[in-house]
Order: sequence, then structure tokens, then C-alpha cells
Amino acid sequence: MGAYIVRRLLLMLVTLIGMSILIFVMLRLVPGNITDIIFDSAGFVNPAQKKKIERQLGLDQPIAVQYVNWIGGLMRGDLGYAYVSEKPAIEEIVPRIPVTAKLAALALIFSTLFGVPLGVLSAVRQNTWLDYVLRVFSLSGLSLPAFWLGLLILMACVHWFGWIPIYRSTPDSPWQELALLCIPAAAVGFRSSALVMRLTRSSMLEVLRQDYIRTARAKGASETAVNYDHALRNAVLPVVTIIGIEAAFLIGGLIVTETVFNIPGVARFLVEAIRWRDYPIVQNLVMFIAIIVVFVNFAIDMMYAVLDPRIKYEE
Amino acid sequence: MAVIDHDAELAKAGANVHGWIGALLFFVRRYPLGAIGAVIMALFVATALFADQISTFDPFTTNARVSLARPGGEHVLGADFMGRDVFARIVYGARISLAVGVGATALGCIIGVTIGLMSGFFGGWFDLLVQRLMDIMQSLPLLVMALVMAASLGPSLSNTIIAIAIPLVPNVARIIRSNTLSLREMPFVEAARAIGMSETRIAVVHVLPNTLAPLIVLATAQLGSAILVESALAFLGLGVPEPHPSWGRMLSESAAEYVRTAPWLVIFPGVAISAVVFGTNLFGDALRDLLDPRQRI
Repeated sequence: MGAYIVRRLLLMLVTLIGMSILIFVMLRLVPGNITDIIFDSAGFVNPAQKKKIERQLGLDQPIAVQYVNWIGGLMRGDLGYAYVSEKPAIEEIVPRIPVTAKLAALALIFSTLFGVPLGVLSAVRQNTWLDYVLRVFSLSGLSLPAFWLGLLILMACVHWFGWIPIYRSTPDSPWQELALLCIPAAAVGFRSSALVMRLTRSSMLEVLRQDYIRTARAKGASETAVNYDHALRNAVLPVVTIIGIEAAFLIGGLIVTETVFNIPGVARFLVEAIRWRDYPIVQNLVMFIAIIVVFVNFAIDMMYAVLDPRIKYEE
Repeated sequence: MAVIDHDAELAKAGANVHGWIGALLFFVRRYPLGAIGAVIMALFVATALFADQISTFDPFTTNARVSLARPGGEHVLGADFMGRDVFARIVYGARISLAVGVGATALGCIIGVTIGLMSGFFGGWFDLLVQRLMDIMQSLPLLVMALVMAASLGPSLSNTIIAIAIPLVPNVARIIRSNTLSLREMPFVEAARAIGMSETRIAVVHVLPNTLAPLIVLATAQLGSAILVESALAFLGLGVPEPHPSWGRMLSESAAEYVRTAPWLVIFPGVAISAVVFGTNLFGDALRDLLDPRQRI
């Protein structure tokens, strides 16, 4: 097990280094950098001044040198300066994380609270009208674009309450903040709750076909005991995995939802930075996301070994 | 050529009616929801192909007098701020969605299949390298990867297709690779080797056709997410540029301010996206049950 963990950690390091090179090169493939955008909007180009800004930002150096500078800074905890605001990138990024984290946590709670029970219900009542309704419902969750769902929710609020639940950065109380975040969290969480529901259903169905379930029935265990004590406990492992993976991959839904609801989180900030070619922000944020994804994957694999004693990581 | 024959199973199940009509009838009876999905997809493709005949208005013509016209009357689904007919823009928008959806899925599958097949069949350092590369690409969510790619390639139809296709590659490559690994050990591959077939020929003639079933299932699922990602990119202003009527872009133009004043600008493009993706998912689910019953997610 120890050797396996070490090997995994090394692979993670390789992945992250690869990601850093990939993102760095990709951002610099674009013809033009932030100076072009600035001069584009100014409507004229002053070559001397453009050179000066490029030198200030270090954009005149060879790409390899720029990369080494960035990684060297990362090691020291220095993320460089944002081009647009000229503040240290870390001061721009860190304050935006809490609101996104809260939103993601609420969305996950939402998807677990709805996804798991409805998935179990759907499996236990397989091929009844309830199952069909729930399946179509969950499939719709995978089909609605998250930003459209957000817009529909806004519209419903306007129509019925004459009120738009737009996020304010300084809420009156934690409760008000919670209330304001719940609505976008539902818009984000709908998709993952649909995923969780589908997986719970198929995982339950898989387990319900096993021999030990028949044994439990044969010995006279009640339907409830069979379904929830015997089946659900064994079906829950893949569900935990998908919830974990969703936790890392929610960012896609967060990007559009934060845009719709005007939430000053880190996901919307990424899009803004991409539009402005604000390299220090984009490359650091992308690395941040990649680190989360890689570590969540690792944590899930480790959790598997703990939760399911049959699994041993040795080769 | 050794291919595990799904058509035969279909025809058997279709019993007395022969040929593809029998298979079709069987599919409709067995998977009514999947059949509905297929009909939605067919309508979508037909709309894209016959956009000129379907819509009476030109999607690009602006007309200040009908700015934000309500649905009903001359403009069935209303008009946008610039007075362009919403129905016409949705009908023509199907072309963008279809082009990007099918284009990105096809491109992603072609690259993924090539990489996965080579990786699984030849193994060695190539396999190792490819696996690490796929790890790297999978450490970013689909939309984030597509966003960065779209931004670095610049806005155009073909770049949007590439930006969505590349992030789809790892999924395809992984599945094809794992299938290839098990197929490689099959007796018919050994037999082909025994009669002196070249490795490349074995890979293409014997292994590739047997990975088609999972590939078709995966491609249908990817089609739905490709269309969704295209709409999200367009919504964020990084997709197919103006004046192309992309559904996602129609929503970003209208966005939050029209929620109050012109809800039809928000409702109809979203209905179009959702309906098409829903149809794709319904069809994809049925296809998966039919072709790849082991994989149930």
C-alpha cells in the first residue's frame, strides 16, 4: 500500500507539471497578448510604449524563461501580478474562493439530498410509472444547460415574487447570504443530482441482483431491511465516487451560474481573465483547478481502499 | 472478419419481420423513449438541413421597427433587440449546433480511436506516454479545457469544433484502449497472427470493428455534451462569433436584463438546446442498453 501511494503521488506530480506546461504554452499560442487588447481598445498603437509595457510584464523574454520564472514563483508562493488590476494575483484569487466554495458545497448537499434517495426509490420501484418519471426527470437534468436553468429561475423569481435574487457581496446576515446562494446552488446542483440519481439507481439495481439479496429475502427479511440494510450499504460506494468527482468537476456549472447570478466568485473570474488574456490569473487558476481534481481523484481511490476491504492496491 | 454481430441479435429479436424494418420495429417496441429521442434527433437534423425552406425570415436582417416584438403575429417567436426574427435564428442556429456537435464528436472520436487503438495494441513507451498525456488532459473539467482552448485558438466555427473535440479525446482513447487490451488476447487475433497477418492489419481489420459498439454508445453521449459545451462557450462569448445565430449566444445577448422585459428571448433558444440534448440522451441511453449492456451508468 505504501509503495502504491508513493507511486500515485509521483504520477500526480508528473500530471501537474505536464498541465502547467500545457496551459502555459496554450495561453501563449494566441497571437497577441494583453498589450494588443489595451491598444485595440485605445484605437492606436504606440510601438515604443507597447515594448515598454511588454518589458515590464516580462513578455519580451523567451517563453522558457517566462515558464521558469512562473514555476519558481509558484514554489515560493508568489503567483505574480495580475495584468488588469496590477495587484498580486494571490490577492485577486484568494478572496474570491470562499463564495465559490460555499456555492459548490451547497450544490453538493443539494445533489446528494435529492440524488441518492430518488435514485434508490427509482431502483426499488424499477419499471413502475414512478421509475419512468424519475428517469425522465434525471435525464432532463443532464440536458438542461446550467446557465439556462439559472435564467429560468431568475425569470420565475421575477414573475412570482417581483424580485431578482442577485448576490450582494455584503449580505446583512449569514442567513441572508445562505438564502441568496441557495438558488444558484440549486441551478448548479440539478445536473449533479441527476448524475447521482442515475448512478445510485444503476448501482442499486446491480446489487439487488446479487445472490446475498436473494438469501436475505429467503430468510424472511422485510423488504425495507433488504433494500436499505443489505442493498443500499453495498451500492453506496460508486455513488460516493461520483459525488467526489462531481465536487471537482462542478466548476463547469459554477462558471456559467456565477455569470448568470453575478456572483463575484473565482469561477466567473476565470472567464474574465481568459477574455483579458490576464495570463498570471488564468494559469494560476487553471493550476488550482487541476490540483483540486488530481487530489480529489487520489482521495477517492484511497477512500475506496478504506471503505471496501476487498480492494487492495498492490501490483 | 470477426465481428460480434449486434444486427443478428436485433434481427433475431425482431422475429418474423425481416431486415432493417424488423430491427427498427423491435427498437421502437423495446425502447419507446429511445425512439422518441431518435425522432427528436431526426427533426433537429432536418431543421438544420432545410433551414432555408423552414424559416420565412432571414436570420441576419435587422429591422429597428420590430425591435423586441412580442411572439405571435408576423414574428412567431418574437424578435430580438435588433429586430431579427427569433424563429429564423433558432432554425439557423440548428446548423451551428449540428456542425459543432457532430464535427467535434467526430473529430474527437477519430483522434481518440487512433490513439487508443495504437496505445492498447502496441503498448510499450508509446502507451505509457499517451496514458500520461490523457491524465494531464483529464485533470481539467471539459468546459474549462474547452474555454482555454477556444480562447487560445480564437473565435471561429472550426476553432470551436477543435476546442471541444480535443477535451473529448481522453474519454474515447481510454475506452478504446481498454477494449483493445482485452481483444488483443482473443483467439481470433492469435489466429490472424498465425496465418501471418501484419500487426497493423490485425489492429485495423480485426480489433477496430469490435470496438465499434462501445464507440457508438460513447459518441452519442459525447454528442449531447458537445452541444451543451458549445452553447456554454457561446453564452460566455467565446464560441462561434457573430453574426452566426448560435443558440448559446442568443441567450448571452438577452441574458439577465431581458428576463424581466422580453422573456421569449430567454425561453425559446434554451428550449431548443434542451430538447436536442434531451433527445440525444434518450437515444443514447437506449443505444447503450442495446449495444453495451455491461456498462450501466
